[in-house]
Amino acid sequence: MIAPFVRSLLAGAVVSGTPLLYATLAEVIGQRAGVVNLGLEGVMLVGAVAAFVTTVHTGSAAAGVLAAGLAGAAFNALFAWLVVDRRANQLATGLALMFAGVGLSALVGAPYIGRPITGLVEMPLPGLAGLPVLGPALFVHDALVYAAVPVAVAVWWALFSTRWGLAVRAVGENPVAAFAAGRDPRVLQYQALLLAGLLGGVAGAHLSIGIAKTWAEWMTAGRGFIAVALVIFARWQPLRAVAGALLFGGAISLGLLLQARGLAVSPFVLDMLPYVLSLAVLAASGGTGRHAAPASLGRVFRGSS
Amino acid sequence: MKARASVATLIVALLAWTGLVTAQPRLIVGILHIGSIADAGYNQAHAEGIQVMKRNLPEVEVIEVENVPEGADAERVMESMIKRGARLVIPASFGYLEPALRVAQRYPDVKFAHPGGYKRLPNLTTYWASTPEAFYLLGMAAGKVTKTNKVGYVVALPISFFLANVNAFELGARAVNPKVETRVVFTGTFLDPAKEATAANALLDQGADVLGVIVDSPITVVQTAEKRGAYSVGYHYLGAQKFAPKGWISGIAFTWGNLYTRFARQVLDGTFKSENILGSLNDDLLTMAPFGPAVPAEAAGLINAKRQEFAASKAHPFQGPLKDNTGAERLKAGEVFPLTDLGKMNWLVEGVVGQPR
Repeated sequence: MIAPFVRSLLAGAVVSGTPLLYATLAEVIGQRAGVVNLGLEGVMLVGAVAAFVTTVHTGSAAAGVLAAGLAGAAFNALFAWLVVDRRANQLATGLALMFAGVGLSALVGAPYIGRPITGLVEMPLPGLAGLPVLGPALFVHDALVYAAVPVAVAVWWALFSTRWGLAVRAVGENPVAAFAAGRDPRVLQYQALLLAGLLGGVAGAHLSIGIAKTWAEWMTAGRGFIAVALVIFARWQPLRAVAGALLFGGAISLGLLLQARGLAVSPFVLDMLPYVLSLAVLAASGGTGRHAAPASLGRVFRGSS
Repeated sequence: MKARASVATLIVALLAWTGLVTAQPRLIVGILHIGSIADAGYNQAHAEGIQVMKRNLPEVEVIEVENVPEGADAERVMESMIKRGARLVIPASFGYLEPALRVAQRYPDVKFAHPGGYKRLPNLTTYWASTPEAFYLLGMAAGKVTKTNKVGYVVALPISFFLANVNAFELGARAVNPKVETRVVFTGTFLDPAKEATAANALLDQGADVLGVIVDSPITVVQTAEKRGAYSVGYHYLGAQKFAPKGWISGIAFTWGNLYTRFARQVLDGTFKSENILGSLNDDLLTMAPFGPAVPAEAAGLINAKRQEFAASKAHPFQGPLKDNTGAERLKAGEVFPLTDLGKMNWLVEGVVGQPR
C-alpha cells in the first residue's frame, strides 16, 4: 500500500519539478550576472509554444526542444538589449517582457489549440527501470527529465569551476571590478542571458510537449514566478535548485495524490501545501548570516562606455 | 422653384440612400469572454454560439473581446461596447454578473444576457443549461465500462455546480453498477494543463480506469487517460473524442447558437423580456457526444431509455433517499433536490471520495 504511494509521489515530484528546475537554473545564471528577470514566465511561454508548433509540423520532439531553446534565447536577447544596452529598469522590463511573452505565445499558439502530438516519450532506462519502487518512479521518464540534473551539475560547474563562470559572478558582485580586470560586463551579461533564455525555453517545452502534450494560453500558470522565488530558496546555487525544484514539485504532486487517495483534508489546504512548505524551509534555513545574493543584483552598470 | 425643389429632393434622396444603407434595422452584439475563444472548452462554446447566430442573422454585427478580467475591467469593456453601438451585451462568465448588473442599471435601453446568473433586471436575462441529468447519463455509461469500479474526476474547484455534476455522475454509475466509486481531485484552477496531467496520473495510479474532467479544456485529461489505456468522459468540447479513439466513452458540451439567435431576434423586434432560462439535454442548449467503441450497445439502450424518462420528467437525478459521503442524510425517501437550487449543493454524495470544501 505504501510502495505505490511512494512511487507515485516520487514520479510526480520528478515530473512536476523538471520544468521548475530548468526555469530556476535559467534565473540563477541571469542573477549571478547581476540581472533579475521577472520575464521568465514569458520566456517559458515562448519556449512552450515554439516547442509545440515545431512538434506539430515536424513530428519531432527533439526539434521542438531545440526550437524552444532558440526561441527562448532570442526572446531573452530582447530583454538583454533593453536592460544591458538600453539600461532600462530590470524589474519593469521583466514584467513588460512577461506580458509580451503571454501575448506573443497566445497569438502564435491560437491555431494549434487542440492539435494532437506525440511529444516527448517516456524511455525506460534499461536495467534501472526494473528496480522495485525506485525504478518506475525515477527511471521511466522522458529525455528532458533525465537531462535536468546533469544540466544543473553542468551549470554549477560552468559557474564555479570555469574562468567564464568566475567572470560572470564577478559581474554580478561588482561589475566595476570585473571591468577593471579586463572583462566586459556587457558581453558577459549577454552571454548569461542568452543561456538563461535557452534554459527557460526548454522549461516551457517540457510543459507543452512533455507533461501536458497540449498548448493552452498561459499554460505556465505562474511557474516562472515560482522559479524566481526558488532562486532565493536555492541561495543562487544550481545544486540547491535541484532540491528546491524537487521539493516544490513534490508538494504539488503530494497535494493531488492525497486527494486521489481520499485523505480527509480540505483541497484548499492541500493547494497551499507547496507554499507553506516553502515558507517553512525559508524560515528554517534563513538567517545564517552570510548574504547569498549577488551584491550588484539589479543595478545598472554604467562604467564600460 | 420647381428645379430647386427637385434638387432638394435629389439631395434628400441621396442622404436617405447613404443614410439608409447604414441605418438599416441591424444590431450590434457585444460578447465578453473570460479566456481565449480557442480554448477547446468553455469559452469556445460561447464563441461558436455567436458564430451560429451570425450565420442565422447576417445583419447582426459582433464585438467580441477575449480575456476580460472579472470586475472593473469588465464594466469598462461593456461600456465601451455600448458606446460603439451594442444593444445586446453577453457577459459570458459567471463572475461578470455584478459588473453586468451595474452597467445594466446605467443603460436601461441596452439588453443583457448572463450565463448562470441568479439575479435579474428588467433588461438582464439569465440563461444556463442544467447539466446533472447529462452527467447522470455519462455516469451510467462509465459504470458499464469500468473494470476496476473506480472512476477519477479532475475538477477545477469545489463549487456547488461542479459538486452536483460529480454527484449526478456517481449516482448514474451506481444505478447500473453498485460498486462504482468516484474519486475527485481538485486542481484549484481552471487552466493548468501540467497540473491536470499530474492529477490524472495520480488518479490512474490509484486504480481508476475511467477519467472525467471539469476544467476549461478536457484535452489534457482525456489524452492522459488514452495514453495509459484508460477510458474517458469529456466536457465542454465535443471534439475531445479525437484524442481518445480507443478509450472515449462520451461527453457533453454546451451549444448556445440557437439561444443567441433567439436573443438577437428578440432585441431586433422588441420582444426581449427578462427570464430565467434553464435548458437541458431536452432542448438544444446541451449536446451529448456519440458513444465511443467501449460502450456496449446494451448500455446505450439503457441510457437512451433513461434520457427519455428525464425528458418526460419521470425520473430525477437527485432522488431521495440520499446520503452524503459523511453518512449524513441529505434527501428523505420521495424527496428530490430541485435542479434550480444547485447553487446550494455543497456536499458530495455517498460513493464519492473527496472533500467538498
